[in-house]
Amino acid sequence: MKKVWIITKRELNSFFDSLTAFIMIVLFLGFSGFFTWISGSDVFFVGQASLRSFFGIAYWTLFFFIPALTMRMLAEEKKSGTIEMLLTKPVTDRHVILGKYFATLILIAVALGLTFPYFITVAKIGNIDAGGTICGYLALFLISASYAAIGLFASSITKNQIVAFLTALFIGIFFHILFQFIAGGMKGLAGQIMNYFSMTVHFESLSRGVLDSKDLIYFGSVIFMGLFLTEISMARRNSR
Amino acid sequence: MDILIENLTKKYGSQKAVDNISLKVATGEILGFLGPNGAGKTTTMKIITNFIAPDEGDVIIGGRSIRDDADEIKKHIGYLPENNPLYEDMGVIDYLEFCAKIQGIDKTRVQSRVAEMIKITGLNREKHKKIAELSKGYKQRVGLAQAMIHDPEILILDEPTSGLDPNQIVEIRKLIRELGREKTVILSTHILPEVEATCDRIFIINKGKLVADGTAETLRKKSADKEIIRVRIEDGDSNKIFTALNDLESVSMVDFAERTLNRFNVHCRSKEAKRHIFNLCVQNKWVLTEMTPHETKLEDIFRELTMN
Repeated sequence: MKKVWIITKRELNSFFDSLTAFIMIVLFLGFSGFFTWISGSDVFFVGQASLRSFFGIAYWTLFFFIPALTMRMLAEEKKSGTIEMLLTKPVTDRHVILGKYFATLILIAVALGLTFPYFITVAKIGNIDAGGTICGYLALFLISASYAAIGLFASSITKNQIVAFLTALFIGIFFHILFQFIAGGMKGLAGQIMNYFSMTVHFESLSRGVLDSKDLIYFGSVIFMGLFLTEISMARRNSR
Repeated sequence: MDILIENLTKKYGSQKAVDNISLKVATGEILGFLGPNGAGKTTTMKIITNFIAPDEGDVIIGGRSIRDDADEIKKHIGYLPENNPLYEDMGVIDYLEFCAKIQGIDKTRVQSRVAEMIKITGLNREKHKKIAELSKGYKQRVGLAQAMIHDPEILILDEPTSGLDPNQIVEIRKLIRELGREKTVILSTHILPEVEATCDRIFIINKGKLVADGTAETLRKKSADKEIIRVRIEDGDSNKIFTALNDLESVSMVDFAERTLNRFNVHCRSKEAKRHIFNLCVQNKWVLTEMTPHETKLEDIFRELTMN
């Protein structure tokens, strides 16, 4: 665990040194802030003291920003060869993957944490549903964690950052819209299964304030699969 | 710590990058790993350092197998990979501190180890720069510093002097020599004088297979039968001497080095050649003023072993 933390710290430093972190946070706050407070169908339009419109927007902004954070992580190490330098030190593939993964999670948590003033503002306007809002943040964090795992996997299969970014988006779009879309055209069990695969369905149920173990298991499984496949993909160097 | 390599084989697709190599490196030995590009040097080193796993065979380091105890073994190895990959966006000190921490060096000792490495590798003037800003030679020093930061018993250096200027090469070689007194060192190179200058033992591989193993001298002796001798004979007709030398049974070929001075390069077939040449001169009352063994160069051995 100590080794994971050393790697996480290095990744975070690299995020902030290269300004990636600042740009990501500013863009995230800018986009979600604009659509939450200024554009047409915003918080004021709903007529309720709730952050629901913010969650809906952040759901989309995070979908694009997370692959941009993760694309570099393994692809660049493979391209520059530093992965060899790192893995010949007393760390395992898993340490490296988790270290990088946690760094992404921390950065996301910081970005989400910085939207706390939104919560205060809305709470001042009216009677906010605190429980529901916490669930909404949890839902945002969990979809981010899922996409980060997918993004890390995409980064592990290539040396090219752009390819990693696009692959992550390509895999992500299935979870984000396609599964739900396909489910709409299917009936019975197949439709239900497709519906279960959809990130949006689980996100909406959780962000509505319903804390269901089914959703938590879903997010847990996506994260686990993403990281697991990353580890397998890393081990492929043995049979290049 | 000693290194024992047993029947190591690694395939990439159908191609054998390393083909059944066995080798033993004793503690405190400096082994030069030689071979043309693509011979399997780097692959072997990647296996020893646990970056990739072998298909067959085993590497046993200090009594532990890489198949069972990879994590424990890694702690005792310092590795400078080919092309010296570094986190270029980090500062020199930050980077070395990161390496020290990940090697499990105690927090209280990290600073002093980093300072010591900076001193040993002569990075003092550059230590506040980012790695990306350093020249190639200084990057190489950072690479060596990260490899040695945890004071490993084994050092694996893949082309440690590539891209350095002659002064830096001499310094790095000296450093490796000094380190080799206590540590087991394996270094790969295709610069032959480098091997002669630094290594106790030479190991030549070609197309994944071992083709020679020994000290520089033993390798030379192997081809000593085919020695070339420089001979100068005064007071004689050069053509006559030429034919006479050529007629000797132990001589395979003669050519003129300097015709006017009666100097010849005699390619020998056996060790008897020197004796025969001497006797020939005595018989003909020629004055033999020079007879020096023209050393077989390591280059020639290398070419002979790896050209086919």
